[in-house]
Amino acid sequence: MSSERFAGIDIGSRSIEFVVVDENGVVLCSEQRDTGFDPVREARELVAQHPHDLLMATGYGRSLCEVEFDCPTVTEIKAHAKGAHASISGASAILDIGGQDSKAIALYAGSGKVKKFEMNDRCAAGTGKFLEIMATNLGFPLETFGDAALEAQEEINISSMCTVFAESEVTSLIARGADRKAIARGLHYSVIRRAAGMINRISDNGDIIFTGGVAKNRCMTTLLAEHLQRRVLIPEDPQAIGALGAALLAMESTQG
Amino acid sequence: MNSPHEAMWQKLGLNLDSHNALLQVLGGAYNDIYLNQKNRPKGMEYFDFVLSEIHGQRIQELLDEQAAGRKIIGSYCVFVPEEICLAGNASLVGLCSGADFAMEEVEKLLPRNTCALIKSTFGFRLGEVCPYLESADMIVGENTCDGKKKAYETLGTILPKKNLYVMDIPQMKSVEGRALLRGEYLRFMKAVEKLTGVTITVESLREGIRTVNTKRAAMHRLLKLRAADPAPISGLDALLANQVFPSDNPARFTDSINKLCDELEKRIEAKEGAFPAKTPRILISGCPMAVPNWKLPAVVESSGAVIVGEESCVGERSTRNQIDDSGTTIDALIDAITDRYFKVDCAVFTPNNDRLQHIKEMVKAYNADGVIHYGLQFCQPYLMESIPVERALEDAEIPCLRVETDYSMEDMGQLKTRVEAFIEQLR
Repeated sequence: MSSERFAGIDIGSRSIEFVVVDENGVVLCSEQRDTGFDPVREARELVAQHPHDLLMATGYGRSLCEVEFDCPTVTEIKAHAKGAHASISGASAILDIGGQDSKAIALYAGSGKVKKFEMNDRCAAGTGKFLEIMATNLGFPLETFGDAALEAQEEINISSMCTVFAESEVTSLIARGADRKAIARGLHYSVIRRAAGMINRISDNGDIIFTGGVAKNRCMTTLLAEHLQRRVLIPEDPQAIGALGAALLAMESTQG
Repeated sequence: MNSPHEAMWQKLGLNLDSHNALLQVLGGAYNDIYLNQKNRPKGMEYFDFVLSEIHGQRIQELLDEQAAGRKIIGSYCVFVPEEICLAGNASLVGLCSGADFAMEEVEKLLPRNTCALIKSTFGFRLGEVCPYLESADMIVGENTCDGKKKAYETLGTILPKKNLYVMDIPQMKSVEGRALLRGEYLRFMKAVEKLTGVTITVESLREGIRTVNTKRAAMHRLLKLRAADPAPISGLDALLANQVFPSDNPARFTDSINKLCDELEKRIEAKEGAFPAKTPRILISGCPMAVPNWKLPAVVESSGAVIVGEESCVGERSTRNQIDDSGTTIDALIDAITDRYFKVDCAVFTPNNDRLQHIKEMVKAYNADGVIHYGLQFCQPYLMESIPVERALEDAEIPCLRVETDYSMEDMGQLKTRVEAFIEQLR
C-alpha cells in the first residue's frame, strides 16, 4: 500500500508555489513558477505533474482553484501560520512580504495558531513589487539588490512609501549625484519601517519568522533584526511556506 | 423599463435616467446578496417587498399623506427623535446615504478624504436620485462628527427647498451636555410645530412615544431571538430590518417584525436556522450601514459565519432603551425623551466608555465568538475608537478584527481574505 500524498498550492500575485508532503508531513517536492497571465493554466500543469491524493489551495487565487479543482481552500494567513510553525517552532510572529502584499501574524506560543494579524492596505507600497521597481530604477538586478544596499557606507532617508512618489524621489537623488548603494539602503529601510509598524501592532517580543520572496533579500533580514532588536529567522524556502502550510492542512484534514 | 412611478419621480424632480440606473444596480445587488440566501424566514417577504418599493409605493404613501396635510421630515442620525415628529403630525424618514453616486460632482464640494456616508448624502442630492430627500418638508442635520457638521453648511445651499434644520448635539455626558440636548429637543419641537402648524400636546407626545416604544419593543424581541444557535435569521436579513426601521410606516413595521418573530420562535423550537448550528457567530460593531450598504455582511455571511448583532446606529444604537411615557406635562415628557437619547453611545462623545461595555454585553447576550469592528475610511470618531475597542476586547479574551473600508468594491479581495482568516481563527 503506497503512502498518501497531500498537496498545497499558493497562488500569489507574482508567483505560484506547489508543495507535496507525505502522510507524516515530510516534503516530497516543491516547485515554483511565475503567476503569469493565466494562473489557472499554470496551476493545472502543476496539479497534473505532481501526483497527490488531496489538494488544498491558498493565496489570492485560491477561489480560482476552488472552481477549477473543486478543492478546499484556506486563507494565506492560516496557511502561513501552519507552514512557518512547522518549519521553525517557538516563534511569536510571522512577517510575510510577498509580491504585492504584506502581512504580520501573531502566533500562540504552543500551538502556533493565529492569534492576530495585520495586512497592508490596498496598494503595493512596502511589498516586493516596490523593491523590484526601485532595483530597476537604480540599475541593480533584483537578486543582488539587497547585497548592494548592505555595502553602502551611509543611508539616505527616503521619505515616501508610495511607489510612484518614491520613484521621483530616487530620480532626483540620482540627479544630485547621490550614491546608488546609499539610496538602495534607504529604500530597504523604508520598507522595514512599514513592516516593523505592522509587527509592533500585533506582537512586542519573541522571534519572528520572515517568509515570502522578500525574505531572500539579505539586507531586509539584517535591517529588520537590527531595527526590531529581535531574532529574525528565515525558513529554508521562505517563498514556499504558504503552499507548505496548505499541504499540511490538507494532511490534517484527513487525520481528524 | 417603465415603472408606474415614473410620473411621481418626475414631479419630484428626480433625474429619471440616473434614477433608473440606480434602481437597476440596487435591484441587482439585492438579488445577488439577499434573494440568493438559503433558509430565509417567510416573514422576510414583507421586507423584500418594502425594499422593492422603497422608492415607489412608500414614497407614494408619504406623498398621499403630505397631500392630506401631514409633513415629511428627513434625518441622517439616530439623535433626531421620531417621537416629536409623530406628535407634530409628521413622518420621519431616514435619508439615503449607503452608496456612491455622482462622485465627480461630490468631489467638487467635499474634500476627497471625506467619509463615504457624507459623500453619499451629497451624491444622492447632486445626482437627483433620492425621492425622500426631494419630497421632505424639512431636512434635519445634526452636529455629530466634524465631517457632518461642516458638510451641512454646504448641503444647506444645495437643497432645492433650502429646508435644512441643524440640531446641536453635546459631546460629553455631563449635566451641561444633557441640558444642551434637552434644549435642542425643545427647540426642535417648536420647529416641528411651526412646520406642521400643529400644537404638540401631552397626549400627542405620549402617543408618539408609545408608537416608537412599541416599534423598539418589536426590535428588542427580534434581537433576543438571534441569540439562539442555530441563528434563526441571517445577519443580512436582520440588518435589512434595521435599515427599514427609520423609514417605514411605524405601525406596519412593528406588525411585520412581530410576525417575523412569531415565525422565528417556531424555527428556534424546531432547531431550524438560517445557518447550521455551530456556525461561527460574529458581532458587527462600529459605523452605520445605510441602504444599500451590504458589503461587509455579505462578505462575512458568504465566508462561513453568521452575524448575530449590530452594535451600530443601523442596529442596536438606534433601538436600545425605551422612553418613560408616564409624564403628565410636556416638560416631563421631553425630560424622558432626553433621558433615552442621551444614553446613545455614539463615538462623537468623549469619553465613551459605555460603548465598550455595550459591546462586551452584546457579545455575551448573543453568544458571539468574535467582533468585527467596521470603520468607514476617514470616519475619525469610530476609527479612533476602534483601537481602545480592540484593546478592551483583547483584555476580555474576545477575538476582534478591525476593518476599514468604504462603499467601493476595489478592496473586496483584501476584505474577503481578512474576514475569512478571522473566521478561521474562531473555529
